[in-house]
Amino acid sequence: MQPLMEVQHLKKYFKTGGGMLHAVDDVTMSIEEGRTMGVVGESGCGKSTLGRTMIHLLESTDGKIIFNGRDVTHVSKAELHKLREDVTIIFQDPYSSLDPRYTVERIIREPLVISKRFSKGEIDDRVEELMEMVGIDPRFSLSYPHELDGGRRQRIGIARALALNPKFIVCDEPVSALDVSIQAQVLNLLQDLQEKQNLTYVFVTHNMSVVRHISNDISVMYLGQLVETADTETTFKRPLHPYTKALLSAIPSSDINKKMERIPLKGEINSPIDPKPGCRFATRCIYATEKCKQPQELREIEPRHFVSCCRCEEINS
Amino acid sequence: MNEKNRGQFLSVEDLVVEYTSDGEVVHAVNGVSFHLEKGKTIGLVGETGAGKTTIAKSIMRILQEPPARIAGGSIWLEGTDLLKLTNKEMYEVRGKKVSMIFQDPMTSLNPVHKVGDQIAEVIQIHNNISKKEAEKRAIEMLERVGIPAERYIEYPHQFSGGMKQRVVIAMALACNPELLLADEPTSALDVTIQAEVLAMIKKLRDEFDTAMIMITHDLGIVAQVCDDVAIVYAGEIVEYGSKEDIYLHRMHPYTVGLFGAIPQLDVHVNRLAAIKGLPPDPTALPEGCHFHPRCPFATEECRHGEIPNQEVRPGHFCKCLHPEEGRSL
Repeated sequence: MQPLMEVQHLKKYFKTGGGMLHAVDDVTMSIEEGRTMGVVGESGCGKSTLGRTMIHLLESTDGKIIFNGRDVTHVSKAELHKLREDVTIIFQDPYSSLDPRYTVERIIREPLVISKRFSKGEIDDRVEELMEMVGIDPRFSLSYPHELDGGRRQRIGIARALALNPKFIVCDEPVSALDVSIQAQVLNLLQDLQEKQNLTYVFVTHNMSVVRHISNDISVMYLGQLVETADTETTFKRPLHPYTKALLSAIPSSDINKKMERIPLKGEINSPIDPKPGCRFATRCIYATEKCKQPQELREIEPRHFVSCCRCEEINS
Repeated sequence: MNEKNRGQFLSVEDLVVEYTSDGEVVHAVNGVSFHLEKGKTIGLVGETGAGKTTIAKSIMRILQEPPARIAGGSIWLEGTDLLKLTNKEMYEVRGKKVSMIFQDPMTSLNPVHKVGDQIAEVIQIHNNISKKEAEKRAIEMLERVGIPAERYIEYPHQFSGGMKQRVVIAMALACNPELLLADEPTSALDVTIQAEVLAMIKKLRDEFDTAMIMITHDLGIVAQVCDDVAIVYAGEIVEYGSKEDIYLHRMHPYTVGLFGAIPQLDVHVNRLAAIKGLPPDPTALPEGCHFHPRCPFATEECRHGEIPNQEVRPGHFCKCLHPEEGRSL
């Protein structure tokens, strides 16, 4: 199947006082249409930056972005305008991503107006349709974001993202700020919308239970690099990279009879500023040896199961 | 609760706490009772605004009064009602007998003092010892939580989030408190760091035989850390029992709803069973069972009057007129 979104050797560096911060460093990933790719990792591993660079909210430093078979790494302003109708984002914090001075109705209307493709009547109809689609009662159309609870605000963020019928949505921790009973409502909504409209998601989160529930495939990042990618079942049942193993073993199980057998991590976390070549996880890895100081490459260990670890075969045999 | 429970290590009885804001009364805690033995851990589980933190702050007596007001009930710690103590007497209890860890470590750390001195200060206040001696004990505590002694002289901003939370834990445990209140101590941490911090809390708890109240909405943490569980909704404990009671035989529709709504690593569903509606407005709680507007099993009787707290199995209490095992919302 042809991937809808593909990035090749994507890099995003930030200049800081201390040197160059390698937020996303040589990431190659492809996401098939209608599927959800979960991107997980600890805070600061570059998962949000990856999502944002993919959809041109941040300018990439190097590498390629291919959307729907077309190279969109470098696009003109007009092309970007067009691209933004197909690719969009839902933010984590529904409190800060909605303009506090706009009514609900106007927030959802804005992308439709900016696109200059619709008449006023069409826009009115579409706003109404979108509100229904995300389950916001029409009586809230003249409310302001601060008058609504977090779940409704996130629904508005979703309605706004869906306004122009996008194909691809980066969901950046969309339920982390929500209370548990509301989380379930929003996750269900995202799943329903995906099914109805054949949407493709990149789902960025640090919550491993949420990512397991919502994703078809999972990519694990560590300090700007992709260390392992596979389908969700494989990732959880047979993780091969030492970091993935440690990460999964650290999640407290809700099975009261299951004892945690945690794989310990040692040492200090490497700095993402001007990192040395070689495996960035090596300083904390219990399997690290001399050869881990060589640059690592993402290799297909089993069909569709990619791992970036030179000792992968040895430690998993 | 009866006289017998006052012999317990900790017994909270009919606690009622209200907040007043803009002339409106917020009913934050509405008659909460539970008890805890030494060395045991109880999990308070519920959503934001359910009253979990208010319960813990009442035990610590650190509620801002006003706007808060403890309107009723008692909190017995080893036979003494904490709510009857003077501020001066409470000063002796806080930090020595009862300590609290907050979600954000910077709630408890002073940015302009060395972390070691902050631990030593607690020790010196509660023990009649010299500054030198207190410093020595502070270093021991730092090492206990896995921070090298050299870092005594560093300031909070020089520590990562996980390390800061370790400092807070060292401070909370410095005087061997008999009761530790942990309010979402790991929600702000990454999962690998969370695991380290939880393992450390468990180890220190077992070493010192500390009783603990763990506030969280992570069902995994409760399963791995707690002995007993209290499910809190709209300022009430709606279900209370051992971990086995709640995880294997839960009966209250809200508990069932929570377990269905939270994705769990070991339970696979294609769709989460979301609880419909929103948590109630605490200034205008629904009459009868506070959960009835969201409950698919509610009947006419649920809408009025006091809902009894039934003992559905030995030691397993459920505040519901229609408790039943094995259903889903």
